[in-house]
Amino acid sequence: MFLCVETTRSYSMEKSYMVTDSEGGYRSMESNRRKRKKMESGSQKVKRGGRWRTEAEQQIYSAKLVEAITKVRRSSAPAAAVHRGRAVREAADRVLAAAGKGRTRWSRAIMTSRVGLRLRKRRKVTVTGNNRLRKPAVSKQEPPLKRRVRVLGRLVPGCRKLSFPNLLEEATDYIAALEMQVRAMTALAELLAGTGASSSNLQPPSC
Amino acid sequence: MSSRRSRSRQPGVSRISDDQIADLVSKLQQLIPEIRNRRSDKVSASKVLQETCNYIRNLHREVDDLSDRLSALLASTDTDSDQAAIIRSLLM
Repeated sequence: MFLCVETTRSYSMEKSYMVTDSEGGYRSMESNRRKRKKMESGSQKVKRGGRWRTEAEQQIYSAKLVEAITKVRRSSAPAAAVHRGRAVREAADRVLAAAGKGRTRWSRAIMTSRVGLRLRKRRKVTVTGNNRLRKPAVSKQEPPLKRRVRVLGRLVPGCRKLSFPNLLEEATDYIAALEMQVRAMTALAELLAGTGASSSNLQPPSC
Repeated sequence: MSSRRSRSRQPGVSRISDDQIADLVSKLQQLIPEIRNRRSDKVSASKVLQETCNYIRNLHREVDDLSDRLSALLASTDTDSDQAAIIRSLLM
């Protein structure tokens, strides 16, 4: 996969649009331009899908991911496949959060909560639902819109108590990051499956 | 929308206007492939939120599946030289 070539091309093409914003990186302005046409063109500081869509970002993430996963495999080597998978998942999330450079709440939440929670299910975060500390009128009483907002707040790490606009912002960034994570892990899996000789045939293809 | 909604513990944030909310919802709308592909501008906020939650859950599930798959794949490629080759090909 010639990811490097594409990266160079997109950068040189969009030189006039190059913006180094506070994120410290330049986004793929091509996709940003497309998005900008659909969405509001005013705000430039908002983190849209932009920075998560660059090839560079994905490459960096992939490399760090391989490092992290290799460490996971080497370090404890839990016997059960379930635990191994979960360890990989948490490593992947940690690296993803680190890539966010702490600028978003969800990334900070992941970085602070994951350490030492290796074998706990991620669902722990969502199980401590909104019924305990919230207002007494809950679930069936409230309008479905509010309920959905709460559900969304539970899904995005660390965003349960966030205001609605902030929650939407976090969700927007989180979704873009997750998409990149899926892309990177898929590519990595395909790469490994390709080089993994005959043992890869033992694994049923995930669909 | 009344000001009694749960939000805004930050003193600097003023009351959230409907326009602001609609704006954010439309922005979110563009990210969800399902809604984006339908090319409909008349999606309700509730629907957007619902699809967003579903989408995030789907992404989580995908990552979980990929994690399992990757852990199995990595277990089978035991040599470190494979890892190095992978990283090299990743970074080209």
